[in-house]
Amino acid sequence: MPLHLEVITPERAVYEEDVDMVIAPASEGYVGILPHHAPLFTTLGPGEFRVKRGGVEEVLAVFGGFIDVRGDRVVVLTDAAEHAEEIDSARAHEARERAQQALAAGPVSAADEQRARAALQRALVRLRVSERRGRRR
Amino acid sequence: MPSEREIRRRIRSVRNIQQVTKAMQTVAASRMRRAQQAVLASRPYEERLRSILNDLGPYTDPKTHPLLARRDVKRAAVILITTDRGLVGALNTNLIRAALRHSENLPATSWVAVGRKAITQLRRVRQPIAAEFSGFSERPTTQDTTIVARVATEEFVAGRVDEVYVAYTRFINTLRQVPSVRRILPLVPEEEDLDSLPPLQYIFEPDAETVLEAVLPRLVELTVYQAALDNAASEQSARMVAMRNATDNATELIEDYTLAANKARQGRITKEMLEIASGAEALSKG
Repeated sequence: MPLHLEVITPERAVYEEDVDMVIAPASEGYVGILPHHAPLFTTLGPGEFRVKRGGVEEVLAVFGGFIDVRGDRVVVLTDAAEHAEEIDSARAHEARERAQQALAAGPVSAADEQRARAALQRALVRLRVSERRGRRR
Repeated sequence: MPSEREIRRRIRSVRNIQQVTKAMQTVAASRMRRAQQAVLASRPYEERLRSILNDLGPYTDPKTHPLLARRDVKRAAVILITTDRGLVGALNTNLIRAALRHSENLPATSWVAVGRKAITQLRRVRQPIAAEFSGFSERPTTQDTTIVARVATEEFVAGRVDEVYVAYTRFINTLRQVPSVRRILPLVPEEEDLDSLPPLQYIFEPDAETVLEAVLPRLVELTVYQAALDNAASEQSARMVAMRNATDNATELIEDYTLAANKARQGRITKEMLEIASGAEALSKG
């Protein structure tokens, strides 16, 4: 009995498939979800979202949101989700450099620091996800 | 009766106008498709999030979260979302009328104006504007609308207003757009009968309060985003229809003027013939 997975952002439905297993970056660490999981609702951090389907693993980058597991339906509501193929790793590299420089230079305000940290985290997630795809090839 | 030359001049000018309206119609039609897709693509997200509120709502005490707080309404805020540009038929007029009528039933209203038409119209009728935004009516992004939602949420949480509504033109289809006023704060779960519900089986991580804390502001932001998308799809649809009507009217006008021009031409020729004939007759008699 497969899991039915939907990944939805405010702009579009990113993913909808029957899958075997989902590994999601939940607020308390990564959670693996197999069929017949207990109903679960949790917030998502930015991170790698891994999907196993027929022996193949796919990786998405997700940036915040929620995951709702109910019976064999898994619904992911996220602010943004990207397939590994969509990620521009050169841009992510640049973003990482920029964020690190901003942090090293000493941010002007707490809000600036928070922004830089969030940007850094997003860049790191993108890089990790796109690397994963590179290794699999 | 205007002269033949005058009529021909008018035909030319109507034809020029027609070219412009025709071009605007084409542009609106292609933007309309994109805007309609965007509004339809975003609906599942909002429906899901709302269903989560409905699932969690019964297990939460309205007092625990500020966005659920129900108070006696002394003052309400209305987020009025209109277009930036005109040429959309009666779209904004109808919406603003509906919003003002709605505000008459509220004890007091302060406005959050979104879109240039909302700003100018509300100023004209001297309504108090708490905040104004413009420049993204045709292509709203979550960044744009989140700021709007935050401003309204702040007013609510600070207790300056006791309810928040959003007024926008809901997109039904290309030919139908309906002015709507919807309450977005306080958030009220639809199902409230605790006894009829099964006990909560969900696991919340880290816990129900934290999850709710994350879901509720998102839901408010998303409702505003959704409203802005609806409004954008309505805007392009209404503009497309308005421009098509204008193009059709121009075609009709050109037909009428052409008929008039031909009549004038015929009249002129007949008159000339008469003159020649009578001139010839006068000569032969003499």
